Amino acid sequence: MAWFTKAPDAPLRVPTEALWNVCKKCGSYTPKEEYVANLKVCPNCNCHGRLTARERIDLIADKGSFEEIASDVIAHDFLEFSDASGAYAGKVKATREKTKIGESIVVGKAKIEKIPVVLGAMDFGFMGGSLGSGTGERILQAAEAARKLKCPLILCTASGGARMQEGIVSLMQMAKTCAAIQRLRDEGLLYISVMTDPTTGGVSASYAMVGDLNIAEPKTLIGFAGRRVIETTIKQKLPPEFQTSEYLLEHGFLDKIVERKNLKAFLAKTIRTLTAAK
Amino acid sequence: MATKKVTKAKKAAPKKAPAKKAAVKKAPAKKAAPVPAAPAADGSPAPELTNPTWETVKIARHPDRPLFIDYLTTWDPEHIELHGDRLVADDPAMYAGLATIDGERVVIVGHRKGRTTEEKIANRFGMANPDGYRKAMRIMRIAEKFNLPIVALVDTSGAFPGLDAEARGQAEAIAKNLADMSVLKTQIVVVVTGEGGSGGALGIAVGDRILMLEHAIYSVISPEGCASILWRDGKMAPVAAEALKVTSGNLKKLGIIDDIIPEPKGGAHTDPKKTIETVKKAVLAAIKELKKVPVEKLVEQRYAKFAAMGRH
Repeated sequence: MAWFTKAPDAPLRVPTEALWNVCKKCGSYTPKEEYVANLKVCPNCNCHGRLTARERIDLIADKGSFEEIASDVIAHDFLEFSDASGAYAGKVKATREKTKIGESIVVGKAKIEKIPVVLGAMDFGFMGGSLGSGTGERILQAAEAARKLKCPLILCTASGGARMQEGIVSLMQMAKTCAAIQRLRDEGLLYISVMTDPTTGGVSASYAMVGDLNIAEPKTLIGFAGRRVIETTIKQKLPPEFQTSEYLLEHGFLDKIVERKNLKAFLAKTIRTLTAAK
Repeated sequence: MATKKVTKAKKAAPKKAPAKKAAVKKAPAKKAAPVPAAPAADGSPAPELTNPTWETVKIARHPDRPLFIDYLTTWDPEHIELHGDRLVADDPAMYAGLATIDGERVVIVGHRKGRTTEEKIANRFGMANPDGYRKAMRIMRIAEKFNLPIVALVDTSGAFPGLDAEARGQAEAIAKNLADMSVLKTQIVVVVTGEGGSGGALGIAVGDRILMLEHAIYSVISPEGCASILWRDGKMAPVAAEALKVTSGNLKKLGIIDDIIPEPKGGAHTDPKKTIETVKKAVLAAIKELKKVPVEKLVEQRYAKFAAMGRH
């Protein structure tokens, strides 16, 4: 075999993604290490990249303070659902193994600058952060834990909406989570919704929008209906800033846009100001 | 499922009825070739897919199916409509008002699809804007204040997906209704009469009794939407409809609805009068039953009911 036909032992090309982050908004390259050190925010355009649930919790909770609850609550295949790409039961199991979280949200007790809270963070990597029965139940248990502990509830959303594969049961999670949060709020407790990219569909139309404070990261996609659906319905092009956090702020649906690097301090300060927590 | 005897023209027949005629004509053609559950997954365009669930979807969307306004005008010809969300607009796609049904004073809300083409367009085919959900909530608060039961009739393909709807907070409007209805201190009876389309339906459907007409559907997403996402082909809607288990029988089994209201043979459109009467009886019976429960306990039970959904 001639030398030039010999296959190399290892691939010659090192995948770009392993060394660089390519920003999905501006396309600029940032060395991975720098990107991670910058909390996965593009230094060029300030695009806030997606965090996993665990990364989000690490960002907000005091080190070592997070105690997960309801971790045994997982998805259930009520409909024995199967689509063109296979059975839901198998897919959700594979996702569980891959992400190492049981559902699209991780909830637990935590401390933020020593203030006790109940904190939840959604993970877009878990079936698009979709709201399934397990997600809804975890949120309900988080709200009930906050009621019991008489502490604030903070939920960070990242979701495409309700989980179609659980059909009507997933739709009902919208009502279930809102009911649980309303009870918490009726008892004078604080609920802060932190919307991160993306927060759409059934999640935006339920617990994400009923915060005493609704806040979001910059340039986050937030909306009820999909852009394409709207464009085909009304037969006109939508402006580029449509359904961004900046758009929602302008239209009166957000209290504030908070940069990731300031998120923890912002939460601590508002909780202290509102509840005089030490 | 008979879809044949639908040619009886309704009294209030629309001036233009092309859509109606087309639908009527199509039905028997589909019926001639019923394909059972499993579809031909070879992607061949040929015969239109169908299955029992899809037949139900077609009945739920039938142009002659009784609409909100038919129920309302039959139950109380002297009903009082109340308008506006006190913020920006009055959404015709959502009705809200007062009615007295066989002596029972109620607040009634519901999606208003419209019968004639003009009505349908004016009402956005029953797809409400945020203003509609806010109006409904405003009037439901009046029910709470004056201890009147609430009757909510659900029939929508979904909340309206529009630029103004988003700008005025469609998501927030629905979310707020879900939260507020969950603690509303009065009896709430919900009936899914036709299409229960996603968040747009749920926005007025948090109640103490959830009833559903036999051939109504209730789903997290339209079969067409689901098919285009998960099957990458909108034409797979009949398959998606079946997978989503959108029928009343399935929803009862799943514990989402409390009772199924039977329809005349062939569907509500074959005998609207009878259907309207049956629904009235079911609603009044539910109200009577709920009134026996102290209102605080009722709200507790409502919470427990929704909290249990999705537990297994």
